Amino acid sequence: MYIYDEHDQRLIDERVTQYRGQTERYLAGEISDEQFLPLRLQNGLYIQRLAPMLRVAIPYGTFSSKQMRMLATLSRDYDKGYAHFSTRQNIQFNWPKLEEVPDILEQLATVQLHAIQTSGNCIRNTTTDQFAGAAADEIEDPRPYCELIREWSTFHPEFAFLPRKFKIAVCASSADRAAINLHDIGVDIVHNDIGETGFRILVGGGLGRTPVIGTEIIDFLPRQHLITYLEAILRVYNQHGRRDNKYKARIKILVRAMGIDAFREKVEQEWAVLKDGPSTISNEAFEKAKSFFHSPAYQNIDDSKAEAALQLQAADNKLFSTWLSRNVSAHKQAGYASVTLSLKRTGYAPGDLSDKQMEAIADMAEQFSFGELRASHQQNVILPHVQKSALLALWQQAKIEGFSTANIGYLTDIICCPGGDFCALANAKSLPIADAIQRKFDNADYLHDLGDIDLNISGCMNACSHHHIGHIGILGVDKKGQEFFQVSLGGSQDRDASLAKILGPSFASEQVPDVVQKILDTYVDHRNDEETFLDTYRRIGLAPFKEKVYA
Amino acid sequence: MPDKLIIDSEIVANQWRLISADCNTIDDDDAAIIVPLSLWNEQRENLMKRPRLGLWLDCDQSPQLIAEDLCHFELVAVQFSNFADGRGFSYGRELRDTHGYKGEVRAIGSFIRDQLFFLKRCGFNAFALENTDLERSLASLADFSDSYQAAMDQPAPLFNRR
Repeated sequence: MYIYDEHDQRLIDERVTQYRGQTERYLAGEISDEQFLPLRLQNGLYIQRLAPMLRVAIPYGTFSSKQMRMLATLSRDYDKGYAHFSTRQNIQFNWPKLEEVPDILEQLATVQLHAIQTSGNCIRNTTTDQFAGAAADEIEDPRPYCELIREWSTFHPEFAFLPRKFKIAVCASSADRAAINLHDIGVDIVHNDIGETGFRILVGGGLGRTPVIGTEIIDFLPRQHLITYLEAILRVYNQHGRRDNKYKARIKILVRAMGIDAFREKVEQEWAVLKDGPSTISNEAFEKAKSFFHSPAYQNIDDSKAEAALQLQAADNKLFSTWLSRNVSAHKQAGYASVTLSLKRTGYAPGDLSDKQMEAIADMAEQFSFGELRASHQQNVILPHVQKSALLALWQQAKIEGFSTANIGYLTDIICCPGGDFCALANAKSLPIADAIQRKFDNADYLHDLGDIDLNISGCMNACSHHHIGHIGILGVDKKGQEFFQVSLGGSQDRDASLAKILGPSFASEQVPDVVQKILDTYVDHRNDEETFLDTYRRIGLAPFKEKVYA
Repeated sequence: MPDKLIIDSEIVANQWRLISADCNTIDDDDAAIIVPLSLWNEQRENLMKRPRLGLWLDCDQSPQLIAEDLCHFELVAVQFSNFADGRGFSYGRELRDTHGYKGEVRAIGSFIRDQLFFLKRCGFNAFALENTDLERSLASLADFSDSYQAAMDQPAPLFNRR
């Protein structure tokens, strides 16, 4: 993973000093609330329903056991002993004190962590595939490109006061695990006919109040131009994005209003000035960036032997076998696999970890995965490089620690925001809905029979839990002070991205589990053979589901 | 315009007067005036005779609107109507990078001390901060000792310098 050199370290140390000064001036009354707002937001600090919330960046979801231990320590020392993995590969503390945040940031900086630009109207943490650098289906490791984008976007002097937040996602694999269609900018790493690396760039995707699937702005951008091209897009957005209405301020609205051709033309005008300029990435810079993401010291393993041994272990162990099929992903290195630790155990808030659990995961990362960890936007934690021969031992340990729920990609692997229990923006409490659904469907055989189903629950239309792209999406709405839940079907975040359609009138919270049951029954009644939920929905449409649910 | 401001990291007396858009007559005593774009467009010939002339760009007026005429101005003042409106940062970059403007670029209006470092990087060299202790604000110009990106103060991005 990326290791800071003296430049990076000095910059984040100076950031801590800067923010400490700003906090002191704020507490002394020298900075107004209005002026302090973007300063604290760009250091990750929200003022929430019950207390401040501090969002710590995990750049492109990659972190280490050492960093995890620091997060555990901070959750103990400054919070109530737990933290929450967000849907942007970040981690949040729910109870820090505003005046202690500079101290927390100072401690984070000692392990090369920070909260820079995790909030506010600036370029946010760049996200990518949680299996980056390990996935069997990637054409290249996306992390060096993510790192170059991280550097460019961190403290960018021109883009710290954009019309609205700005999110970039990068993908380099045949399956899109980064949802690049649903970001302000999606960067798709591609190879041309002669094997050169470049980028297909998508622009103007996003969720929130107005969900939009991104549009291609360029089909092949040669790799040396990545930064100048991004800068040109941002410069157009910074000048022309709407600033009169925050709900119409995202780049998707601008792209739609101008039309992609006119938008592209403006970008190309700006790019003409920047192209081939100083921010063109040299080959040396690429090689340098790549050198940080070298493979760990893998053993030389005969994959067919390792696979045979694993199958033998699985043969007489149904639970282990089920876990292998759900929580273990193909690795590009022979004899290795990536393991997803489920943070979706029934009875626990999705994405939440206690300090002890964080430390247990750090231990497991050191024992099984070269100390490396990943956070996924589905709010799980990944051990990216595990030897197949160690999977059984890892599973046994995960079972003891409570991370072995074999439900990755299943109905109960729910993406869920903190909702009305914590968040000041929420219209409704999302966590109790997630809990009720997990309890109702806590049946391994049934979940297995249903197969892949993404169920996403957002507590408000800001859509932090991506309800528009869940196969089943649930949205909390407020009706005259009462919490209701709107259900939608047919979203997808993959290459074939689609936005879910609303089923009909919303439901009271206690009705939601039964509504989900009726949706599942409809699927089971209509599916052909091995047909997935999404494929069935796409074939039969909304009507049969609607009929059953509102019967 | 405040009496004092920061220019090139020093606190100096302001020499310039802002002329409002609806101003019909300009006193001859006003040696150094900053005129709005609309006034320049109306009274170009007259104004060109002034000894010292500056241009006032509002927060939604890109330098592109006056690229050909920038050579007539000793100074360009970019207005911030609200500190959270970041368009002016791009105007600074465009003045310097796109149009090669070499004169003074002055931030005016409701920007804040905590933006000085970024403003400087975007090509601003003069800061007419209002209701702010200038002496203490100087520190904000040096919040960071290095930067990741190429900008006015640093010709090469860090990734090409490591």
